[in-house]
Amino acid sequence: MKMRISLFKGLHAEPPPWLRVALAVLPFILFLAIYLFAAEIRHQENPQDKLLPTLTKIALAVEKVAIDPDPRSGNILLWQDTAASLKRLVLGVSIASIIGFFLGLNMGLLPGIRGLSLTFLTFIANIPPLAILPILFITFGVDQLGKVMLIILGTFPLIARDIYLETSKIPTNVVVKALTLGASQFGVIYRVVMPQILPRLIDTVRLVLGAAWLFLIASEAIASQDGLGYRIFLVRRYLSMDIIIVYVLWITMLAYAFDIFLRLLVSWLFPWYSAGKKD
Amino acid sequence: MHKSPDEYLLYCEDVTKAYGSKVVLEDIDLAVKHKEFCTVVGPSGCGKSTLLRLILGQERISSGTMLIDGAALHQPSPDRGIVYQKYSLFPHLTILENIMAGKQLSQPLWKKFSTRKTARDEAMVYLESVQLAEHAAKYPHQLSGGMQQRVAIAQALIMHPRVLLMDEPFGALDPGTRETMQLLILEIWEKYGMTIFFVTHDLEEAVFLGTRILVISQFYIHETKPPEESHGSRIVADYKLNDNAYSTRVKQTAAFGELIQTIRYEGFNPEVKQNAHDFNLTHSDSFVTYVGEK
Ligand SMILES: Nc1ncnc2c1ncn2[C@@H]1O[C@H](COP(=O)(O)OP(=O)(O)OP(=O)(O)O)[C@@H](O)[C@H]1O
Ligand SMILES: [Mg+2]
Repeated sequence: MKMRISLFKGLHAEPPPWLRVALAVLPFILFLAIYLFAAEIRHQENPQDKLLPTLTKIALAVEKVAIDPDPRSGNILLWQDTAASLKRLVLGVSIASIIGFFLGLNMGLLPGIRGLSLTFLTFIANIPPLAILPILFITFGVDQLGKVMLIILGTFPLIARDIYLETSKIPTNVVVKALTLGASQFGVIYRVVMPQILPRLIDTVRLVLGAAWLFLIASEAIASQDGLGYRIFLVRRYLSMDIIIVYVLWITMLAYAFDIFLRLLVSWLFPWYSAGKKD
Repeated sequence: MHKSPDEYLLYCEDVTKAYGSKVVLEDIDLAVKHKEFCTVVGPSGCGKSTLLRLILGQERISSGTMLIDGAALHQPSPDRGIVYQKYSLFPHLTILENIMAGKQLSQPLWKKFSTRKTARDEAMVYLESVQLAEHAAKYPHQLSGGMQQRVAIAQALIMHPRVLLMDEPFGALDPGTRETMQLLILEIWEKYGMTIFFVTHDLEEAVFLGTRILVISQFYIHETKPPEESHGSRIVADYKLNDNAYSTRVKQTAAFGELIQTIRYEGFNPEVKQNAHDFNLTHSDSFVTYVGEK
């Protein structure tokens, strides 16, 4: 007798490919349906309703911010804001990655560096970054530098600690083996261990990007002339839900695209990484 | 009765290793000639791996004298190679690159590309000698345990170490692969003429491979300490073994089986405790400093 395999229920369920796709799409459709239904009801009561814009209104908003140039500046707002925000985000996360990576790597391998920085780093990591935003704005100005600094300070301790933990997981045997193969101390750190940790850095960046977006939008909301966060908080004053929704969807898609890109990057550059991990 | 350290590759006198208050090895006296194939056996936790780590320079002795070629031990270096039980290949390098690693890491970084070709050719020779040439471009995780272990051996060999340390290198292999590997390691030992220290749990393997077998054990009666006080492990038996037969058939002979039984009795039975005066140290290089006249 053939064993019956559940499609959906239980520990041993084996959904076939078509069902997997359907299952993944289902929550989106449900959510959209509820939204449209609610928007329709509200618009029947009040055609001027701002809270839940219909698809038509959202399409108009897309046209306004992403296709037509802004009547005042002549720029297309969405692109201008995206460029400004991404510049800050990429700059901040890149610098934080470099600092965090080398700090974590050296902490993981060198007891002296570990002794010097571990306690301090743990302390720093516990400062809520947004709480020191005023200090950053006072010290580094409300321009680019203040915002980039917030992203750096908010994410580098996370990266450093994660890389440190990953580096300390490298077995002593691997280090000793490298020494018996003639590696210098520098060689052990940068030629044997560093290449093994690099893919983890990309994974870590994927995780901290969420925090980085938070810091970016918060700092843009408070003081800025452009940027995605700036725009959202600006149009909030006019209750322009349609534009907010467009911007939020756009940010979400950008963040999601980054995540996918980084994941693919890991599997392209480091084919041994995820495959070797499973055993 | 002392030996002259100069005649030996490895010379230990009164070597003790303790972790905190736990003494693992106590008063180890050991002299090993160059090109010896020394197998090391003993009950679990007796300190076999610890002894290897001391010889490797991975850890420092707590007291005593330990000399290699008459000089004090230093940090791990290319003159002593190591093969661990668990596959310790570099996961981010291909098989060929893993074997090249020794040739490349000992060069400064800026010579990495100029030396690449020669390193590659040399690595290929070693890869062929462990019969893995067709797997050169794979990553370690794509190979079976036995294959990875052969790579690890080739990786250590390319440095031509004077001493090769192996800690249960075949522990995770199935019996068939194990026997092939045993013959391979004997061949390599003949060809390159290095000193081998080989830790194993398998007495048969130890007696088959070695030219000398060291039994380390914590089960013995200390000459001064009372029985209830814990003491570190010592070398409780030390035999010269027959020169290698290169055929696994010797494993079936009666003498082979008897020796294994004796060793099991002397070193592995917690019920049977020999007096420290009565250790079976019949090897001509063996000596003790901790007991006086019988
Ligand atoms: N870093 C360490 N700190 C404290 N104790 C240790 C350390 N390393 C080893 N030991 C102790 O030393 C003893 C010997 O360990 P070792 O690994 O050398 O044994 P072994 O003979 O290799 O055992 P096995 O046959 O199980 O591999 C054990 O009791 C172990 O608990
Ligand atoms: Mg061990």
